[in-house]
Amino acid sequence: MTVTTVTTPAAAPHAVHVSQHDANAPERTNAVASLWSDTLVFAGRNLAHVRQLPEKLLDVTVQPLMFVLLFTYVFGGAIAVQNSNYREYVIAGILVQSLAFGLVGPATGIATDLLEGVIDRFRGLPSSRLAYLLGHYVAELASMFLAISVLLGAGLLVGWRPHTDVLHVVLAIVLLGVFASSMIWFGTFLGLIVRTPDAVMGVGFTVVFPITFISNAFVPIDSMPVVLQKFATWNPVSVMVAAVRELFGNPGAPPSVSSWPMDNPVLASFLSCGIVLLLVVPATLRRYRHRTTD
Amino acid sequence: MYDERDHPTTSGVGVEAQGLSKRYGDLWALRHLDLAVPAGSVLGLLGHNGAGKTTAIRILTTLSTPTEGSATVAGFDVATHPAQVRRRIGITAQEATVDGLLSARANLVMVGRLYGFSKAHARRRADELLERFRLADDAGKLAKHFSGGMRRRLDLASSLVAAPEVLFLDEPTTGLDPRSRGDLWDLLRELVRDGTTLILTTQYLEEADRLADDIVVLDHGRSVAHGTPAELKARIGNDRVDVTLADPSDLDRAPGVVAAFTSSPPTLEPEQLLMTVPVREGVRLIDLMRALDEAGIEAVDLNRRGATLDDVFLSLTTPDRAPAEALA
Repeated sequence: MTVTTVTTPAAAPHAVHVSQHDANAPERTNAVASLWSDTLVFAGRNLAHVRQLPEKLLDVTVQPLMFVLLFTYVFGGAIAVQNSNYREYVIAGILVQSLAFGLVGPATGIATDLLEGVIDRFRGLPSSRLAYLLGHYVAELASMFLAISVLLGAGLLVGWRPHTDVLHVVLAIVLLGVFASSMIWFGTFLGLIVRTPDAVMGVGFTVVFPITFISNAFVPIDSMPVVLQKFATWNPVSVMVAAVRELFGNPGAPPSVSSWPMDNPVLASFLSCGIVLLLVVPATLRRYRHRTTD
Repeated sequence: MYDERDHPTTSGVGVEAQGLSKRYGDLWALRHLDLAVPAGSVLGLLGHNGAGKTTAIRILTTLSTPTEGSATVAGFDVATHPAQVRRRIGITAQEATVDGLLSARANLVMVGRLYGFSKAHARRRADELLERFRLADDAGKLAKHFSGGMRRRLDLASSLVAAPEVLFLDEPTTGLDPRSRGDLWDLLRELVRDGTTLILTTQYLEEADRLADDIVVLDHGRSVAHGTPAELKARIGNDRVDVTLADPSDLDRAPGVVAAFTSSPPTLEPEQLLMTVPVREGVRLIDLMRALDEAGIEAVDLNRRGATLDDVFLSLTTPDRAPAEALA
């Protein structure tokens, strides 16, 4: 090949001089540091998407707020909870329900990415594949904590109060974070198995809705028909809600049928979230490798 | 002129492949592909849809693992050192791989960060590329609002963020209007002048002819021909003249009448009364018209054109068949 020193006039104004050292990809020796840096780049990408589509945040801001107002001022008067006012009772339920629906965000995000060509760009770069998934997780967890803040703030406004010490309140928030994490990873897995982003909403409504409503989140379990009582008592959402109520010192209205998880809700919730994470995270990584390799 | 990188002028092999094969189920998408592409040269992979071009690119860019065979890119084995390969290559896939919800600049900065550049470095590099690819005025616009040509340029810019030694382009001009196509060709020539090794796939003989130093013709996963554009053109002949006859009874004798002007035997498509004549260099349309006229053969239409990919395949894959059977 002949190396010519003549430049066409049209191209000349765009000429850029870059030294070899400057333009080449640097050798990345510290695997953990690059994984973290790449994770933040991917999380920043999600953040930039939110800046373009602020309505993406409605799910974690306005929607939980509406639930608080709806259940305290509209349904609240009609629901009786033993020895308690309903506002004290329902905030934990709305918290858990909102976080459970948090699986929709990552599922839609991942399913959309897989349809777009940009995922191929990421795959051809010398960054870890794990970083892409971790970036989604970090961004989604941040938005889940936004939802938790909005809900606790709204709760305080309508008269909800925690009745325990700081340690228990912190533990409650940690538990909510762990629960949110398991739902995010579950959502990520879902995003990798559905064919289109639209399918995610279907799963959200046919699975998450009944599971969160057939629980103690909004009504005492004892008020349900016997068959549903059985389901609700063993429903992990009930256990989770009971755990949050216990940690905040809110009235629980425990079911008359006793079960180990409902008797030890905090431990049981940490355990069940841990089990979900142990199962779902490796399955998600496997599925991602499978979806993006041939 | 651009001085992206110091390219050793005497460097060795940019891309090398031995017996590269890929099987999907019962189908061999690629079979025994051997390549030796010197650093700084341009290889064109020419073939129809499904010929194995994209499969070859995906294997060479570490996005797919070969069922058999091996390959090195920029000196590193694609199977055993994919990360080293990825640091040294750029990929422009058939579909633009840009994030529509990010601005052009944000796309490039993100890619730079994922190559391990610092924030400041990634921004500087992004601005250089935006300038170079005439996207600086639209740098803040979301990529989803870009035209096809702009998306292509942004995509190509993304592939060049880390000044790759080897650039892979899978049908880079498919879907582009002629002007955008010409612009892209110019950009690619500049890169080659700077010493980048290019591997591009195309369905257009003209594109391979204009850009490539070497062409490998793929058909059903196999390499059916390999050579410089000049060598291949010598084998397939020059221009074609499509002659539409008025009378079906002339189909038998028409090839004989024009035999003096052909580089290889004419082919016939009897249903369309069409005879395709590969004409020798220097033959004029009027020569054919006179010969046909003197033989009393009436032609409804004569159309002279360059050889197409179909003509290449006809010449390369079916050389021994009788002319009349070639398209049967």
